[in-house]
Amino acid sequence: MSFEYAPAPESRAVVSIKPKYGHFIGGKFVAGSKHFPTVNPATEEVLSQIALAGKAEVDAAVKAARKAYTTTWSKMSGKERGKYLYRIARIMQERAREFAVLETLDNGKPIRESRDTDIPLAAAHFFYHAGWADKLEYAGLGTSPKPLGVAGQIIPWNFPLLMLAWKVAPALAAGNTVVLKPAESTPLTALLFAEVCQQAELPAGVVNIVTGDGSTGALIVNHPGIDKIAFTGSTEVGKIIARAVAPTKKSVTLELGGKAANIVFDDAPIDETVEGIVNGIFFNQGHVCCAGSRLLLQENVAEEVLHKLKNRMEKIRVGDPMDKNTDVGAINSKEQLLKIIELAAAGDAEGAERWSPACTLPAKGFWFAPTIFTGVTQAHRIAREEIFGPVLSVLTFRTPQEAIEKANNTPFGLSAGIWSEKGSRTLWASQQLRAGVIWANTFNKFDPTSPFGGYKESGWGREGGRHGLSAYLKGVSHE
Amino acid sequence: MSNRIDVKKTYKLYINGAFPRTESGRTYEVKSAKGAFIANPCLASRKDLRDAVVAARAAHAGWNKATAYNRGQILYRIAEMLEGRRAQFVDEIIQVTGVTKVKAEKEVTDSVDRLVWYAGWTDKIASLAGSTNPVAGPFYNFTIPESMGVVAAIAPETQSLLGFIDSVAPIITSGNTVVILASTKAPLSAMTFAEVLATSDLPHGVINILTGKKEEIAPWMASHMDIDALDISGLPAKLHAETKVAGAENLKRIHSFKSADPGRIIAFMEAKTVWHPIGL
Amino acid sequence: MSFYGLVDGSDASLKSYLNNLSGVDQVGAEARAAMLATRSIKTSSKRWAIDTAITMVDLTTLEGADTPGKVKALCTKAVRPDPTDSTVPSVGAVCVYNDMVSVARTHLDLIGGQHVPVAAVSTAFPSGRASMSVKIQDTQDAIDAGAAEIDMVIDRGAFLAGRYIDVFNEIVQIKQVCGDKAHLKVIFETGELVTYDNVRKASFLAMAAGADFIKTSTGKVAPAATPPVVLVMLEAVRDFYEMTNTRIGVKPAGGIRNTKDAIKQLVLVNETVGPDWLNPTLFRIGASALLNDLLMQRMKMDEGYYSSPQYVTMD
Repeated sequence: MSFEYAPAPESRAVVSIKPKYGHFIGGKFVAGSKHFPTVNPATEEVLSQIALAGKAEVDAAVKAARKAYTTTWSKMSGKERGKYLYRIARIMQERAREFAVLETLDNGKPIRESRDTDIPLAAAHFFYHAGWADKLEYAGLGTSPKPLGVAGQIIPWNFPLLMLAWKVAPALAAGNTVVLKPAESTPLTALLFAEVCQQAELPAGVVNIVTGDGSTGALIVNHPGIDKIAFTGSTEVGKIIARAVAPTKKSVTLELGGKAANIVFDDAPIDETVEGIVNGIFFNQGHVCCAGSRLLLQENVAEEVLHKLKNRMEKIRVGDPMDKNTDVGAINSKEQLLKIIELAAAGDAEGAERWSPACTLPAKGFWFAPTIFTGVTQAHRIAREEIFGPVLSVLTFRTPQEAIEKANNTPFGLSAGIWSEKGSRTLWASQQLRAGVIWANTFNKFDPTSPFGGYKESGWGREGGRHGLSAYLKGVSHE
Repeated sequence: MSNRIDVKKTYKLYINGAFPRTESGRTYEVKSAKGAFIANPCLASRKDLRDAVVAARAAHAGWNKATAYNRGQILYRIAEMLEGRRAQFVDEIIQVTGVTKVKAEKEVTDSVDRLVWYAGWTDKIASLAGSTNPVAGPFYNFTIPESMGVVAAIAPETQSLLGFIDSVAPIITSGNTVVILASTKAPLSAMTFAEVLATSDLPHGVINILTGKKEEIAPWMASHMDIDALDISGLPAKLHAETKVAGAENLKRIHSFKSADPGRIIAFMEAKTVWHPIGL
Repeated sequence: MSFYGLVDGSDASLKSYLNNLSGVDQVGAEARAAMLATRSIKTSSKRWAIDTAITMVDLTTLEGADTPGKVKALCTKAVRPDPTDSTVPSVGAVCVYNDMVSVARTHLDLIGGQHVPVAAVSTAFPSGRASMSVKIQDTQDAIDAGAAEIDMVIDRGAFLAGRYIDVFNEIVQIKQVCGDKAHLKVIFETGELVTYDNVRKASFLAMAAGADFIKTSTGKVAPAATPPVVLVMLEAVRDFYEMTNTRIGVKPAGGIRNTKDAIKQLVLVNETVGPDWLNPTLFRIGASALLNDLLMQRMKMDEGYYSSPQYVTMD
């Protein structure tokens, strides 16, 4: 007899997935014309048929959003708007388990993460921004900051509901209405959120959700009836959007890619550092724009840290995302899996040394074992390109200056990690790093009060806190 | 007295604290409001821009690291130096633009005062644009604004001194360095201002000044991958779209402004959020 | 003595060794422990875990009001925790004060509990405030009376004052008294050491000095055996094993009152040092009330409905 963890599957009974979904426009679900499947990446089971929005649907959604903006939402007092947001936050908390299960089914992330991170944080974002709605004049943008109008919001598949919350909550608090497009492969929680809007009796058209692929996104970006574009996704698409809106008056915020350095100094608290490294790269299968995907180890502790890291990785539980004991779930899509496989192969080809713990991957679905590459240099593709998967590139450094030079030697600048027990060095390093979020002796922490966003090619603007709110308000001198 | 021949100034570029001629060897003619020849300033080329960006990048680390107090003192020193040369600027403005003496004096006065205003912002902007964030967990979390790096700017065509100062001052207040293209028709104030800078304790390379044509230099500014941000207040509106398109290649932060306010400083700063556990 | 080659027994070498240990980040350690608390185990494993936990219990009474009658009752419970079910194993040990050792040993032998060792708390438990000669005598008395395990307290005052060498030498001397007659468990009173850095230092200090077990607490000070404290000690034990090839046991004591808490402790062991430690020779739980909860949970698993305290014996 031995001590084994149970397959402790979360019950699926809490959700009811419809065979087919339409769009949420003007407060109602409207049937789509064309459909595409959304798949559980852990099993390849088709969960539902999702409508593909074309020009007519996007037009209708923008029209509904404009009407709601002009007739209702921009006229409502901040106090009343805030109450709707509080209602939404509460209903999300009430239906948290349902959201968590749905998120895990559609996305492949472990239920522990959707239950303990994604959904609670999403509700917290609404709760936080609800309180801003009647306090906009104190946001540092002058005495009467104004909303921008209709916001077009395009969100990724890695944190579907959380990214929705990051976008919708500040937009609504500031008095904008929205047309939101969830990612092609993870639309289900956004569609459940539409039901929450109905239960909260949110005025029709304040939130419109259209589903689709990149072509739907392009229709939103290029729509003349939209005043603001908020996008989270790849740097490549971010640049396309930046070019597309250049001739227009649209304001834009972009939350793009990253290749974060996670720097371990020789005085780091070693066991917590190892946890932080694991959390930094294997949280959410590494599908995290701010993932600590480049581990920079001070040479005099590199061997010890790697030894402990490998031992710790042996304990990572990869498998059924619905199992409450699972640490690493499924890769979100076949397409993403192929990209990870291709970049890992580049690591092999360029001479880096690949290591993974022994783990049995399920036969069906999309899976990639937690992997580290040692012997990586700055010139390797796996040290420069965003892999967006559970693959860690390990580099070493000799002095703090060298660590910073290596960390900053990238066009990205979203996040970075520092592990040291020396306060002055931590503060020095946090000053030197060219990144928008610095985690010192922690990693991958998020909070609605805490601005998040990148330097350089990692994006424009911040989300969260007063800084994030200002991206949905007029009131500054520049255009 | 009357038959003394003036010693005329050769207007050159201002790069890395020196006054080089354009590498291209080109100049263009600047005339007075009445059409008389005044000077042959440099018609800067993309290679001059390249050199200026190298200087600005090299200067950034030091200027960014300087204390806010120190940057404030240097900005104030620039104001002092400008104040001492008021007459020269008034003369040049009148000469080039033909405005009244009262108007020219007002512009110079406003320019000095504006520099003093920005000097006072260096050590205050962080308390406006920063925050401590009460996250739901045992973490100390704060957001501080910091400079972006190298910012390029195109100064407005009119108000060639005040507009110029409104462009460069907010950029350098926070610790950025700048490469600026002066007013094409009225570049003299900017180039004389370089002489003020050269005697103001401002580290070399923090402000680099080019003269020339907007249509020629702006696209190179927009596409330059070592420029982090761009102030296009002085660029004709019809060129904004293509500039933004080119700037998207490295996602430059591109802004234009209508007035002086602290938002102008903040627009060229990045917010950095730092998390650290709180524990025993 | 060699002290595993880690220190040479001098003040300087001990200080330098302990001060060079990696720090422990409180928030990170607590987050890791909290995450491991979310693990759920198989039903079949749970039954095994409950029985294993029973064998790990150091069934304890450490009261001024202890009497021979109370101690005898405890011994009876220790040998046969559930008089109605002979498949329930005996506990790991009976843990009493020095003067109750002979009572316990005699009674255990009388009722067929020869296999259950008696552990004695020692060295002026719980405060540790006595002269060294008293501490040695205290320990010697317990061993003479039949104690096979000595749970000594460290001098927290000396530790907090930085006199690590005094703490070290006390452990070395008590270990000498124990010889091959008794296992030595060293109690840190982590609630008084306060920081995880101190817990890690104390762990290495005690292990190098010859401890067979390291133990969190006396049960007289809160907080006691919290999951993160046990995690930090298990990490030290794991690192020590890698350095010396010697397995040191861990004993959380105080605050573990129910089956859920006990299973969380077993999860910490499994994930940190591995299954080799999941037996009473390397992991003990100092407790009194825990045993009855384990028994009730065991009944629930057998009967399929929830039990009541009325169906387990109070002592």
